[in-house]
Amino acid sequence: MSTASLRSPNGLPGVPGGMLNNFAQWVADVGARTMDWIVGLGSISLFFARTLRWLVIRRPRRETIIWNFYQIGVLSLPVVALTGTFVGMVLAVQSYAQFKMLNLETRLGAVINMSLVRELGPVLAATMLAGRVGSAMAAELGTMRVTEQIDALAVMGADPIHYLVVPRFLACLVLIPALTLVADFMGVVGGYYYSVYLLHIDAYYYLQNSANYVGWFDLFSGTAKTLFFGGAIAVIGCHHGFHCDPGAEGVGRAATYAFVHSFVTILLLDLLLGIGFDALYNVLFPQGPRLI
Amino acid sequence: MTYATEPHVSPTATAAPTDGHVLVEVDHLTVTFGRQMVLRDISIQIRRGETVAILGESGCGKTVFLKTLVALQRPTRGKVLFDGQDLFRLSAAELARERTRMGFVFQNAALFDSMTIGENIAFPLRQHRQLSEDEIQAIVRARVAEVGLPLSVLRKKPGEISGGMRKRVGLARALALEPELMLYDEPTTGLDPIMSDVINELILRTRRQHPVTSIIVTHDMRTATKVCDRIVMLYPLARLKPGESQILYDGPAAEIEKASDRRVIQFVRGEAGERLMEMAREENNHAQSAEESVHG
Repeated sequence: MSTASLRSPNGLPGVPGGMLNNFAQWVADVGARTMDWIVGLGSISLFFARTLRWLVIRRPRRETIIWNFYQIGVLSLPVVALTGTFVGMVLAVQSYAQFKMLNLETRLGAVINMSLVRELGPVLAATMLAGRVGSAMAAELGTMRVTEQIDALAVMGADPIHYLVVPRFLACLVLIPALTLVADFMGVVGGYYYSVYLLHIDAYYYLQNSANYVGWFDLFSGTAKTLFFGGAIAVIGCHHGFHCDPGAEGVGRAATYAFVHSFVTILLLDLLLGIGFDALYNVLFPQGPRLI
Repeated sequence: MTYATEPHVSPTATAAPTDGHVLVEVDHLTVTFGRQMVLRDISIQIRRGETVAILGESGCGKTVFLKTLVALQRPTRGKVLFDGQDLFRLSAAELARERTRMGFVFQNAALFDSMTIGENIAFPLRQHRQLSEDEIQAIVRARVAEVGLPLSVLRKKPGEISGGMRKRVGLARALALEPELMLYDEPTTGLDPIMSDVINELILRTRRQHPVTSIIVTHDMRTATKVCDRIVMLYPLARLKPGESQILYDGPAAEIEKASDRRVIQFVRGEAGERLMEMAREENNHAQSAEESVHG
Protein backbone atom coordinates (compact mmCIF):
# COMPACT_ATOMS: atom_id res chain seq x y z
CA MET A 1 0.00 0.00 0.00
CA SER A 2 1.40 3.40 -0.92
CA THR A 3 1.85 6.19 1.64
CA ALA A 4 -0.58 8.38 -0.22
CA SER A 5 -3.40 5.96 0.46
CA LEU A 6 -2.74 6.24 4.22
CA ARG A 7 -3.12 10.02 4.18
CA SER A 8 -6.36 11.81 4.91
CA PRO A 9 -7.73 14.23 2.31
CA ASN A 10 -6.11 16.97 4.37
CA GLY A 11 -2.83 15.19 4.14
CA LEU A 12 -2.59 14.11 7.81
CA PRO A 13 0.01 11.39 8.01
CA GLY A 14 -1.00 7.99 9.39
CA VAL A 15 -4.79 8.55 9.10
CA PRO A 16 -6.40 6.50 6.37
CA GLY A 17 -8.34 8.84 4.08
CA GLY A 18 -11.05 6.20 3.51
CA MET A 19 -11.86 5.97 7.20
CA LEU A 20 -12.19 9.74 7.56
CA ASN A 21 -14.34 9.89 4.46
CA ASN A 22 -16.56 7.12 5.78
CA PHE A 23 -16.94 8.90 9.11
CA ALA A 24 -17.75 12.20 7.38
CA GLN A 25 -20.29 10.39 5.21
CA TRP A 26 -21.86 8.79 8.30
CA VAL A 27 -22.13 12.18 10.03
CA ALA A 28 -23.67 13.66 6.87
CA ASP A 29 -26.19 10.77 6.66
CA VAL A 30 -27.18 11.14 10.31
CA GLY A 31 -27.52 14.91 9.84
CA ALA A 32 -29.64 14.48 6.71
CA ARG A 33 -31.90 11.95 8.46
CA THR A 34 -32.31 14.22 11.48
CA MET A 35 -33.17 17.15 9.21
CA ASP A 36 -35.70 15.00 7.31
CA TRP A 37 -37.26 13.95 10.59
CA ILE A 38 -37.55 17.53 11.84
CA VAL A 39 -38.97 18.73 8.50
CA GLY A 40 -41.47 15.82 8.53
CA LEU A 41 -42.57 16.66 12.07
CA GLY A 42 -43.01 20.33 11.12
CA SER A 43 -44.96 19.38 8.02
CA ILE A 44 -47.38 17.09 9.89
CA SER A 45 -47.83 19.72 12.63
CA LEU A 46 -48.80 22.36 10.05
CA PHE A 47 -51.09 19.85 8.35
CA PHE A 48 -52.81 19.16 11.69
CA ALA A 49 -53.13 22.89 12.40
CA ARG A 50 -54.73 23.48 8.97
CA THR A 51 -57.14 20.58 9.60
CA LEU A 52 -58.18 22.07 12.96
CA ARG A 53 -58.56 25.51 11.37
CA TRP A 54 -60.91 24.19 8.66
CA LEU A 55 -62.78 22.13 11.25
CA VAL A 56 -63.58 25.33 13.12
CA ILE A 57 -64.24 27.78 10.28
CA ARG A 58 -66.47 25.74 7.98
CA ARG A 59 -68.63 22.66 8.47
CA PRO A 60 -67.80 19.82 6.02
CA ARG A 61 -70.36 18.85 3.41
CA ARG A 62 -73.00 16.38 4.57
CA GLU A 63 -72.36 13.83 1.83
CA THR A 64 -68.62 13.65 2.61
CA ILE A 65 -69.36 13.06 6.30
CA ILE A 66 -71.88 10.29 5.66
CA TRP A 67 -69.60 8.50 3.18
CA ASN A 68 -66.58 8.65 5.50
CA PHE A 69 -68.57 7.60 8.57
CA TYR A 70 -69.81 4.58 6.62
CA GLN A 71 -66.35 3.67 5.30
CA ILE A 72 -64.58 4.09 8.62
CA GLY A 73 -67.30 3.07 11.06
CA VAL A 74 -69.64 0.52 9.52
CA LEU A 75 -67.07 -1.33 7.43
CA SER A 76 -64.61 -1.59 10.35
CA LEU A 77 -67.20 -3.08 12.70
CA PRO A 78 -66.66 -6.81 11.89
CA VAL A 79 -62.87 -6.71 12.17
CA VAL A 80 -62.97 -4.75 15.43
CA ALA A 81 -65.60 -7.06 16.95
CA LEU A 82 -63.55 -10.10 15.94
CA THR A 83 -60.38 -8.62 17.46
CA GLY A 84 -62.15 -7.85 20.75
CA THR A 85 -63.71 -11.31 21.02
CA PHE A 86 -60.45 -13.14 20.45
CA VAL A 87 -58.46 -10.89 22.78
CA GLY A 88 -60.97 -11.64 25.57
CA MET A 89 -60.76 -15.38 24.97
CA VAL A 90 -56.95 -15.43 24.68
CA LEU A 91 -56.63 -13.53 27.97
CA ALA A 92 -58.73 -16.24 29.64
CA VAL A 93 -56.57 -19.00 28.13
CA GLN A 94 -53.27 -17.36 29.14
CA SER A 95 -54.23 -16.33 32.68
CA TYR A 96 -56.24 -19.34 33.82
CA ALA A 97 -53.31 -21.65 34.76
CA GLN A 98 -51.62 -19.07 37.03
CA PHE A 99 -54.88 -18.12 38.79
CA LYS A 100 -55.86 -21.75 39.20
CA MET A 101 -52.54 -22.45 41.03
CA LEU A 102 -53.49 -19.74 43.55
CA ASN A 103 -57.11 -20.86 43.69
CA LEU A 104 -58.11 -17.41 42.46
CA GLU A 105 -59.71 -18.43 39.16
CA THR A 106 -62.94 -16.59 39.98
CA ARG A 107 -60.87 -13.37 39.88
CA LEU A 108 -60.17 -14.03 36.20
CA GLY A 109 -63.10 -11.82 35.21
CA ALA A 110 -61.56 -8.82 36.98
CA VAL A 111 -58.20 -9.35 35.27
CA ILE A 112 -59.62 -9.94 31.81
CA ASN A 113 -62.06 -7.06 31.91
CA MET A 114 -59.64 -4.61 33.51
CA SER A 115 -56.96 -5.45 30.91
CA LEU A 116 -59.51 -5.13 28.14
CA VAL A 117 -61.10 -1.81 28.98
CA ARG A 118 -57.94 -0.05 30.15
CA GLU A 119 -55.32 -1.27 27.71
CA LEU A 120 -55.78 -4.12 25.28
CA GLY A 121 -59.16 -3.14 23.86
CA PRO A 122 -58.17 0.45 23.00
CA VAL A 123 -54.64 -0.35 21.77
CA LEU A 124 -55.50 -3.42 19.73
CA ALA A 125 -58.62 -1.82 18.23
CA ALA A 126 -56.58 1.27 17.32
CA THR A 127 -53.85 -0.89 15.82
CA MET A 128 -56.38 -2.78 13.71
CA LEU A 129 -57.89 0.53 12.58
CA ALA A 130 -54.47 2.01 11.80
CA GLY A 131 -54.03 -0.94 9.44
CA ARG A 132 -57.51 -0.90 7.96
CA VAL A 133 -58.38 2.78 7.96
CA GLY A 134 -55.05 4.66 8.14
CA SER A 135 -53.40 2.71 5.29
CA ALA A 136 -56.56 2.93 3.18
CA MET A 137 -56.67 6.72 3.63
CA ALA A 138 -53.01 7.06 2.67
CA ALA A 139 -53.47 4.84 -0.40
CA GLU A 140 -56.68 6.57 -1.52
CA LEU A 141 -55.41 10.12 -1.04
CA GLY A 142 -52.02 9.13 -2.45
CA THR A 143 -53.69 7.87 -5.63
CA MET A 144 -55.66 11.12 -5.77
CA ARG A 145 -52.41 13.08 -5.43
CA VAL A 146 -50.65 11.04 -8.14
CA THR A 147 -53.59 11.33 -10.56
CA GLU A 148 -53.87 15.11 -9.89
CA GLN A 149 -57.35 14.80 -8.34
CA ILE A 150 -56.20 16.81 -5.31
CA ASP A 151 -54.90 19.55 -7.66
CA ALA A 152 -58.24 19.40 -9.50
CA LEU A 153 -60.09 20.05 -6.23
CA ALA A 154 -57.86 23.05 -5.52
CA VAL A 155 -58.27 24.63 -8.98
CA MET A 156 -62.04 24.25 -8.68
CA GLY A 157 -61.89 26.40 -5.56
CA ALA A 158 -62.46 23.57 -3.04
CA ASP A 159 -59.82 23.37 -0.34
CA PRO A 160 -58.51 19.76 -0.35
CA ILE A 161 -57.95 19.77 3.44
CA HIS A 162 -61.52 20.91 4.05
CA TYR A 163 -63.01 18.52 1.50
CA LEU A 164 -60.88 15.41 2.04
CA VAL A 165 -59.19 15.56 5.43
CA VAL A 166 -61.74 17.17 7.77
CA PRO A 167 -64.49 14.52 7.22
CA ARG A 168 -61.96 11.69 7.70
CA PHE A 169 -60.56 13.34 10.82
CA LEU A 170 -64.06 13.79 12.27
CA ALA A 171 -65.03 10.20 11.43
CA CYS A 172 -61.91 8.83 13.15
CA LEU A 173 -62.37 11.11 16.14
CA VAL A 174 -65.98 10.04 16.72
CA LEU A 175 -65.99 6.46 15.52
CA ILE A 176 -62.73 5.05 16.81
CA PRO A 177 -63.84 5.50 20.44
CA ALA A 178 -67.21 3.98 19.49
CA LEU A 179 -65.50 1.05 17.79
CA THR A 180 -63.27 0.59 20.83
CA LEU A 181 -66.37 0.27 23.02
CA VAL A 182 -67.58 -2.44 20.65
CA ALA A 183 -64.19 -4.19 20.92
CA ASP A 184 -64.33 -3.92 24.73
CA PHE A 185 -67.86 -5.33 24.84
CA MET A 186 -67.01 -8.22 22.54
CA GLY A 187 -63.84 -8.91 24.56
CA VAL A 188 -65.87 -9.04 27.78
CA VAL A 189 -68.34 -11.43 26.13
CA GLY A 190 -65.51 -13.56 24.67
CA GLY A 191 -63.69 -13.75 28.02
CA TYR A 192 -66.91 -14.61 29.88
CA TYR A 193 -67.84 -17.30 27.36
CA TYR A 194 -64.43 -19.00 27.51
CA SER A 195 -64.11 -18.73 31.31
CA VAL A 196 -67.64 -19.79 32.22
CA TYR A 197 -68.53 -22.30 29.52
CA LEU A 198 -65.15 -23.83 28.67
CA LEU A 199 -63.12 -23.39 31.87
CA HIS A 200 -66.23 -23.89 34.06
CA ILE A 201 -65.57 -20.93 36.38
CA ASP A 202 -68.56 -19.96 38.51
CA ALA A 203 -70.48 -17.28 36.60
CA TYR A 204 -71.72 -15.45 39.69
CA TYR A 205 -68.28 -14.90 41.25
CA TYR A 206 -66.77 -14.17 37.83
CA LEU A 207 -69.22 -11.30 37.31
CA GLN A 208 -69.17 -10.18 40.92
CA ASN A 209 -65.36 -9.81 40.94
CA SER A 210 -65.47 -7.95 37.61
CA ALA A 211 -68.04 -5.53 38.98
CA ASN A 212 -66.00 -5.00 42.14
CA TYR A 213 -62.73 -4.18 40.46
CA VAL A 214 -63.54 -2.59 37.10
CA GLY A 215 -64.88 0.94 37.56
CA TRP A 216 -66.20 3.70 35.36
CA PHE A 217 -62.87 5.46 35.46
CA ASP A 218 -61.20 2.43 33.83
CA LEU A 219 -63.70 2.51 31.01
CA PHE A 220 -63.38 6.28 30.70
CA SER A 221 -59.56 6.33 30.60
CA GLY A 222 -59.44 3.48 28.06
CA THR A 223 -61.99 5.12 25.77
CA ALA A 224 -60.64 8.66 26.16
CA LYS A 225 -57.24 7.48 24.92
CA THR A 226 -58.82 6.37 21.66
CA LEU A 227 -59.88 9.95 20.88
CA PHE A 228 -56.19 10.75 20.57
CA PHE A 229 -55.46 7.49 18.72
CA GLY A 230 -58.27 8.27 16.23
CA GLY A 231 -57.02 11.80 15.60
CA ALA A 232 -53.46 10.54 15.13
CA ILE A 233 -54.52 7.78 12.69
CA ALA A 234 -56.46 10.27 10.54
CA VAL A 235 -53.80 12.99 10.48
CA ILE A 236 -50.91 10.58 9.80
CA GLY A 237 -52.83 8.63 7.11
CA CYS A 238 -54.02 11.77 5.31
CA HIS A 239 -50.63 13.48 5.58
CA HIS A 240 -48.87 10.52 3.99
CA GLY A 241 -51.47 10.44 1.22
CA PHE A 242 -51.16 14.18 0.53
CA HIS A 243 -47.35 13.97 0.37
CA CYS A 244 -47.17 10.75 -1.60
CA ASP A 245 -44.34 10.21 -4.12
CA PRO A 246 -45.36 9.57 -7.74
CA GLY A 247 -46.13 6.09 -9.04
CA ALA A 248 -47.38 2.81 -7.62
CA GLU A 249 -44.26 2.52 -5.43
CA GLY A 250 -44.97 5.95 -3.91
CA VAL A 251 -48.57 5.01 -3.07
CA GLY A 252 -47.46 1.67 -1.57
CA ARG A 253 -44.81 3.41 0.53
CA ALA A 254 -47.34 6.00 1.75
CA ALA A 255 -49.71 3.22 2.89
CA THR A 256 -46.92 1.32 4.67
CA TYR A 257 -45.53 4.42 6.42
CA ALA A 258 -49.04 5.48 7.40
CA PHE A 259 -49.46 2.22 9.34
CA VAL A 260 -45.96 2.13 10.83
CA HIS A 261 -46.02 5.76 11.97
CA SER A 262 -49.58 5.45 13.30
CA PHE A 263 -48.61 2.34 15.26
CA VAL A 264 -45.55 3.98 16.81
CA THR A 265 -47.62 7.08 17.64
CA ILE A 266 -50.33 4.92 19.26
CA LEU A 267 -47.72 3.24 21.50
CA LEU A 268 -46.16 6.58 22.42
CA LEU A 269 -49.53 8.22 23.13
CA ASP A 270 -50.61 5.15 25.11
CA LEU A 271 -47.64 5.52 27.42
CA LEU A 272 -48.02 9.29 27.88
CA LEU A 273 -51.80 9.15 28.32
CA GLY A 274 -51.44 6.17 30.68
CA ILE A 275 -49.17 8.27 32.89
CA GLY A 276 -51.56 11.23 32.62
CA PHE A 277 -54.69 9.26 33.50
CA ASP A 278 -52.88 7.57 36.37
CA ALA A 279 -52.03 10.98 37.80
CA LEU A 280 -55.64 12.10 37.30
CA TYR A 281 -56.86 8.96 39.09
CA ASN A 282 -54.61 9.71 42.05
CA VAL A 283 -56.05 13.22 42.25
CA LEU A 284 -59.67 12.07 41.95
CA PHE A 285 -59.32 9.02 44.19
CA PRO A 286 -56.57 9.77 46.73
CA GLN A 287 -57.23 6.51 48.58
CA GLY A 288 -55.27 4.86 45.76
CA PRO A 289 -56.02 2.14 43.23
CA ARG A 290 -57.82 -0.96 44.36
CA LEU A 291 -55.58 -3.99 44.38
CA ILE A 292 -56.79 -7.32 43.09
CA MET B 1 -28.60 38.18 -11.79
CA THR B 2 -30.74 39.10 -14.72
CA TYR B 3 -31.09 37.19 -17.94
CA ALA B 4 -32.04 38.30 -21.37
CA THR B 5 -35.72 37.51 -21.67
CA GLU B 6 -36.32 38.82 -25.16
CA PRO B 7 -37.18 35.94 -27.47
CA HIS B 8 -35.63 35.55 -30.89
CA VAL B 9 -38.87 36.65 -32.51
CA SER B 10 -40.61 39.57 -30.83
CA PRO B 11 -44.32 39.34 -30.05
CA THR B 12 -46.49 40.71 -32.77
CA ALA B 13 -50.18 41.42 -33.01
CA THR B 14 -52.20 38.20 -32.98
CA ALA B 15 -55.31 37.28 -34.87
CA ALA B 16 -57.37 36.84 -31.69
CA PRO B 17 -60.26 39.20 -30.91
CA THR B 18 -58.50 40.75 -27.92
CA ASP B 19 -59.49 43.95 -26.17
CA GLY B 20 -55.88 44.72 -25.31
CA HIS B 21 -56.52 44.11 -21.59
CA VAL B 22 -53.80 41.96 -20.02
CA LEU B 23 -55.49 39.06 -18.22
CA VAL B 24 -52.39 37.10 -17.21
CA GLU B 25 -49.05 38.69 -16.52
CA VAL B 26 -45.99 36.63 -15.66
CA ASP B 27 -43.20 38.82 -14.39
CA HIS B 28 -39.63 37.47 -14.08
CA LEU B 29 -40.89 34.06 -12.93
CA THR B 30 -38.33 31.62 -11.56
CA VAL B 31 -39.21 28.21 -10.12
CA THR B 32 -36.74 25.85 -8.48
CA PHE B 33 -37.18 22.43 -6.87
CA GLY B 34 -34.43 21.99 -4.31
CA ARG B 35 -31.28 22.79 -6.27
CA GLN B 36 -32.87 22.20 -9.66
CA MET B 37 -34.08 25.27 -11.50
CA VAL B 38 -36.94 24.53 -13.89
CA LEU B 39 -38.05 27.99 -14.98
CA ARG B 40 -35.76 31.01 -15.10
CA ASP B 41 -36.81 34.62 -15.40
CA ILE B 42 -39.87 34.09 -17.60
CA SER B 43 -41.86 37.19 -18.48
CA ILE B 44 -45.03 36.91 -20.59
CA GLN B 45 -48.22 38.92 -20.94
CA ILE B 46 -51.40 37.26 -22.18
CA ARG B 47 -54.23 39.50 -23.33
CA ARG B 48 -57.92 38.77 -22.87
CA GLY B 49 -59.25 36.67 -25.77
CA GLU B 50 -55.88 35.29 -26.86
CA THR B 51 -55.24 31.56 -27.34
CA VAL B 52 -51.61 30.90 -26.51
CA ALA B 53 -49.66 27.65 -26.84
CA ILE B 54 -46.83 27.03 -24.42
CA LEU B 55 -44.71 24.74 -26.53
CA GLY B 56 -41.58 22.80 -25.73
CA GLU B 57 -40.00 19.42 -25.31
CA SER B 58 -40.51 17.24 -22.23
CA GLY B 59 -38.81 18.59 -19.12
CA CYS B 60 -38.72 22.24 -20.17
CA GLY B 61 -41.12 23.24 -17.36
CA LYS B 62 -44.37 23.74 -19.33
CA THR B 63 -46.63 22.06 -16.79
CA VAL B 64 -44.88 23.77 -13.87
CA PHE B 65 -45.50 27.07 -15.67
CA LEU B 66 -49.21 26.25 -16.05
CA LYS B 67 -49.55 25.20 -12.40
CA THR B 68 -47.90 28.44 -11.31
CA LEU B 69 -50.60 30.39 -13.15
CA VAL B 70 -53.34 28.83 -10.97
CA ALA B 71 -51.27 29.07 -7.78
CA LEU B 72 -50.76 25.33 -7.48
CA GLN B 73 -47.01 25.93 -7.60
CA ARG B 74 -45.39 28.79 -5.71
CA PRO B 75 -42.78 30.80 -7.63
CA THR B 76 -39.29 30.94 -6.16
CA ARG B 77 -38.94 34.47 -7.56
CA GLY B 78 -41.11 36.75 -9.63
CA LYS B 79 -44.86 37.36 -9.80
CA VAL B 80 -47.91 35.91 -11.49
CA LEU B 81 -50.79 38.34 -11.85
CA PHE B 82 -54.32 37.29 -12.84
CA ASP B 83 -56.40 40.29 -13.83
CA GLY B 84 -53.94 42.49 -11.96
CA GLN B 85 -54.02 40.42 -8.74
CA ASP B 86 -51.12 38.46 -7.30
CA LEU B 87 -52.77 35.11 -6.52
CA PHE B 88 -50.19 34.26 -3.87
CA ARG B 89 -51.14 37.33 -1.81
CA LEU B 90 -54.85 36.45 -1.61
CA SER B 91 -56.57 34.79 1.33
CA ALA B 92 -57.83 31.22 0.91
CA ALA B 93 -61.40 32.44 0.30
CA GLU B 94 -60.30 35.10 -2.21
CA LEU B 95 -58.10 32.58 -4.05
CA ALA B 96 -61.00 30.11 -4.22
CA ARG B 97 -63.20 32.88 -5.68
CA GLU B 98 -60.59 33.83 -8.30
CA ARG B 99 -60.13 30.18 -9.24
CA THR B 100 -63.81 29.97 -10.18
CA ARG B 101 -62.88 32.34 -13.03
CA MET B 102 -60.48 29.69 -14.36
CA GLY B 103 -61.02 26.25 -15.87
CA PHE B 104 -58.21 23.68 -15.85
CA VAL B 105 -58.18 20.62 -18.12
CA PHE B 106 -55.67 18.16 -16.70
CA GLN B 107 -53.42 15.91 -18.76
CA ASN B 108 -55.22 12.75 -17.62
CA ALA B 109 -58.50 14.57 -16.91
CA ALA B 110 -58.12 14.12 -13.10
CA LEU B 111 -61.77 13.09 -12.72
CA PHE B 112 -62.84 12.05 -9.23
CA ASP B 113 -62.93 8.23 -9.22
CA SER B 114 -65.51 8.01 -6.46
CA MET B 115 -68.07 10.11 -8.39
CA THR B 116 -70.06 9.50 -11.54
CA ILE B 117 -69.41 11.61 -14.64
CA GLY B 118 -72.53 13.66 -13.85
CA GLU B 119 -71.35 14.31 -10.29
CA ASN B 120 -67.91 15.27 -11.58
CA ILE B 121 -69.33 17.93 -13.90
CA ALA B 122 -71.77 19.14 -11.24
CA PHE B 123 -69.02 19.39 -8.60
CA PRO B 124 -67.93 23.02 -9.21
CA LEU B 125 -71.57 24.10 -9.50
CA ARG B 126 -72.48 22.50 -6.16
CA GLN B 127 -69.36 23.99 -4.62
CA HIS B 128 -69.85 27.59 -5.74
CA ARG B 129 -73.37 28.26 -7.03
CA GLN B 130 -76.60 28.29 -5.08
CA LEU B 131 -78.64 26.44 -7.72
CA SER B 132 -81.51 24.01 -7.52
CA GLU B 133 -80.85 20.39 -8.48
CA ASP B 134 -82.87 20.87 -11.70
CA GLU B 135 -80.74 23.85 -12.71
CA ILE B 136 -77.54 21.93 -11.98
CA GLN B 137 -78.72 18.96 -14.07
CA ALA B 138 -79.65 21.27 -16.94
CA ILE B 139 -76.17 22.82 -16.97
CA VAL B 140 -74.53 19.37 -16.72
CA ARG B 141 -76.56 18.10 -19.70
CA ALA B 142 -75.71 21.22 -21.71
CA ARG B 143 -71.98 20.82 -21.05
CA VAL B 144 -72.03 17.12 -21.92
CA ALA B 145 -73.81 17.90 -25.19
CA GLU B 146 -71.30 20.67 -25.89
CA VAL B 147 -68.38 18.22 -25.78
CA GLY B 148 -70.29 15.75 -27.95
CA LEU B 149 -70.93 13.00 -25.42
CA PRO B 150 -74.19 11.04 -25.02
CA LEU B 151 -76.27 11.66 -21.89
CA SER B 152 -75.93 7.97 -20.98
CA VAL B 153 -72.34 8.70 -19.96
CA LEU B 154 -73.55 10.74 -16.96
CA ARG B 155 -74.21 7.70 -14.79
CA LYS B 156 -70.90 6.02 -15.52
CA LYS B 157 -67.78 6.18 -13.38
CA PRO B 158 -64.53 7.59 -14.87
CA GLY B 159 -63.01 4.09 -14.97
CA GLU B 160 -65.76 2.90 -17.34
CA ILE B 161 -65.06 5.31 -20.20
CA SER B 162 -62.18 5.71 -22.69
CA GLY B 163 -59.26 8.16 -22.39
CA GLY B 164 -60.67 10.45 -25.10
CA MET B 165 -64.07 10.54 -23.38
CA ARG B 166 -62.41 11.31 -20.05
CA LYS B 167 -60.62 14.30 -21.60
CA ARG B 168 -63.93 15.57 -22.97
CA VAL B 169 -65.56 15.16 -19.56
CA GLY B 170 -62.59 17.06 -18.08
CA LEU B 171 -63.30 19.85 -20.57
CA ALA B 172 -67.02 19.83 -19.72
CA ARG B 173 -66.21 20.05 -15.99
CA ALA B 174 -63.76 22.91 -16.57
CA LEU B 175 -66.45 24.77 -18.54
CA ALA B 176 -69.16 24.26 -15.92
CA LEU B 177 -68.65 27.65 -14.26
CA GLU B 178 -68.14 29.45 -17.61
CA PRO B 179 -64.59 30.56 -16.79
CA GLU B 180 -62.77 33.52 -18.32
CA LEU B 181 -59.46 31.68 -18.54
CA MET B 182 -59.08 28.10 -19.77
CA LEU B 183 -55.87 26.22 -19.12
CA TYR B 184 -55.16 22.98 -20.94
CA ASP B 185 -52.33 20.66 -19.87
CA GLU B 186 -51.30 18.46 -22.82
CA PRO B 187 -54.90 18.08 -24.08
CA THR B 188 -54.05 15.65 -26.89
CA THR B 189 -51.28 13.57 -25.30
CA GLY B 190 -51.98 9.85 -25.38
CA LEU B 191 -54.86 10.11 -27.85
CA ASP B 192 -55.10 8.72 -31.38
CA PRO B 193 -54.90 11.27 -34.24
CA ILE B 194 -58.67 11.30 -34.78
CA MET B 195 -59.45 11.89 -31.11
CA SER B 196 -56.66 14.49 -30.96
CA ASP B 197 -58.37 16.38 -33.76
CA VAL B 198 -61.73 16.06 -31.98
CA ILE B 199 -60.17 17.69 -28.91
CA ASN B 200 -58.62 20.43 -31.08
CA GLU B 201 -62.02 21.13 -32.63
CA LEU B 202 -63.63 21.22 -29.19
CA ILE B 203 -61.07 23.78 -28.01
CA LEU B 204 -61.84 25.88 -31.11
CA ARG B 205 -65.59 25.49 -30.55
CA THR B 206 -65.20 26.49 -26.89
CA ARG B 207 -63.38 29.59 -28.05
CA ARG B 208 -66.16 30.45 -30.48
CA GLN B 209 -69.00 29.84 -28.01
CA HIS B 210 -67.47 31.37 -24.87
CA PRO B 211 -65.45 34.57 -24.54
CA VAL B 212 -62.44 32.78 -23.08
CA THR B 213 -58.71 33.33 -22.97
CA SER B 214 -56.89 30.02 -23.41
CA ILE B 215 -53.42 28.80 -22.50
CA ILE B 216 -52.54 25.41 -23.93
CA VAL B 217 -49.45 23.52 -22.80
CA THR B 218 -48.51 21.04 -25.49
CA HIS B 219 -45.72 19.47 -27.48
CA ASP B 220 -48.12 18.69 -30.31
CA MET B 221 -47.32 21.04 -33.21
CA ARG B 222 -50.66 20.31 -34.85
CA THR B 223 -52.59 21.51 -31.80
CA ALA B 224 -50.37 24.58 -31.46
CA THR B 225 -50.75 25.70 -35.08
CA LYS B 226 -54.39 24.74 -35.55
CA VAL B 227 -55.85 26.11 -32.33
CA CYS B 228 -53.59 28.93 -31.17
CA ASP B 229 -52.98 32.51 -32.28
CA ARG B 230 -49.67 32.76 -30.53
CA ILE B 231 -46.92 30.34 -29.58
CA VAL B 232 -44.44 30.71 -26.75
CA MET B 233 -41.69 28.11 -27.00
CA LEU B 234 -39.72 27.20 -23.87
CA TYR B 235 -36.42 25.35 -23.88
CA PRO B 236 -34.95 23.13 -21.10
CA LEU B 237 -32.60 25.15 -18.92
CA ALA B 238 -29.96 22.43 -18.90
CA ARG B 239 -29.41 22.91 -22.64
CA LEU B 240 -29.22 26.69 -22.60
CA LYS B 241 -26.04 28.73 -22.57
CA PRO B 242 -25.57 30.94 -19.48
CA GLY B 243 -27.58 34.14 -19.78
CA GLU B 244 -29.68 32.87 -22.68
CA SER B 245 -33.47 33.38 -22.55
CA GLN B 246 -35.57 30.27 -21.84
CA ILE B 247 -38.15 31.55 -24.32
CA LEU B 248 -36.87 30.67 -27.77
CA TYR B 249 -39.91 31.93 -29.65
CA ASP B 250 -42.84 34.19 -28.82
CA GLY B 251 -44.94 35.17 -31.78
CA PRO B 252 -47.77 34.31 -34.14
CA ALA B 253 -48.46 30.59 -34.56
CA ALA B 254 -48.53 30.95 -38.35
CA GLU B 255 -44.99 32.29 -38.44
CA ILE B 256 -43.19 29.79 -36.24
CA GLU B 257 -41.67 28.04 -39.24
CA LYS B 258 -39.95 31.30 -40.17
CA ALA B 259 -38.23 31.52 -36.76
CA SER B 260 -34.55 32.39 -36.95
CA ASP B 261 -33.53 30.00 -34.14
CA ARG B 262 -32.40 26.60 -35.44
CA ARG B 263 -33.70 24.84 -32.28
CA VAL B 264 -37.22 26.14 -32.92
CA ILE B 265 -37.17 24.85 -36.50
CA GLN B 266 -35.82 21.48 -35.34
CA PHE B 267 -38.69 21.18 -32.84
CA VAL B 268 -41.30 22.22 -35.43
CA ARG B 269 -39.99 19.62 -37.90
CA GLY B 270 -39.46 16.96 -35.22
CA GLU B 271 -35.74 16.50 -36.02
CA ALA B 272 -33.44 14.97 -33.42
CA GLY B 273 -30.49 17.07 -34.75
CA GLU B 274 -27.54 17.31 -32.39
CA ARG B 275 -29.48 15.29 -29.78
CA LEU B 276 -28.20 12.15 -31.58
CA MET B 277 -24.61 13.39 -31.27
CA GLU B 278 -25.22 14.11 -27.56
CA MET B 279 -26.46 10.55 -27.11
CA ALA B 280 -23.38 9.15 -28.87
CA ARG B 281 -21.14 11.32 -26.67
CA GLU B 282 -22.90 10.06 -23.52
CA GLU B 283 -22.48 6.47 -24.70
CA ASN B 284 -18.74 7.04 -25.26
CA ASN B 285 -18.37 8.58 -21.80
CA HIS B 286 -20.08 5.56 -20.19
CA ALA B 287 -17.89 3.12 -22.11
CA GLN B 288 -14.77 5.04 -21.12
CA SER B 289 -15.63 5.15 -17.43
CA ALA B 290 -16.50 1.43 -17.47
CA GLU B 291 -13.10 0.65 -19.06
CA GLU B 292 -11.29 2.78 -16.46
CA SER B 293 -13.03 1.00 -13.58
CA VAL B 294 -12.04 -2.43 -15.03
CA HIS B 295 -8.35 -1.42 -15.33
CA GLY B 296 -8.26 0.09 -11.85
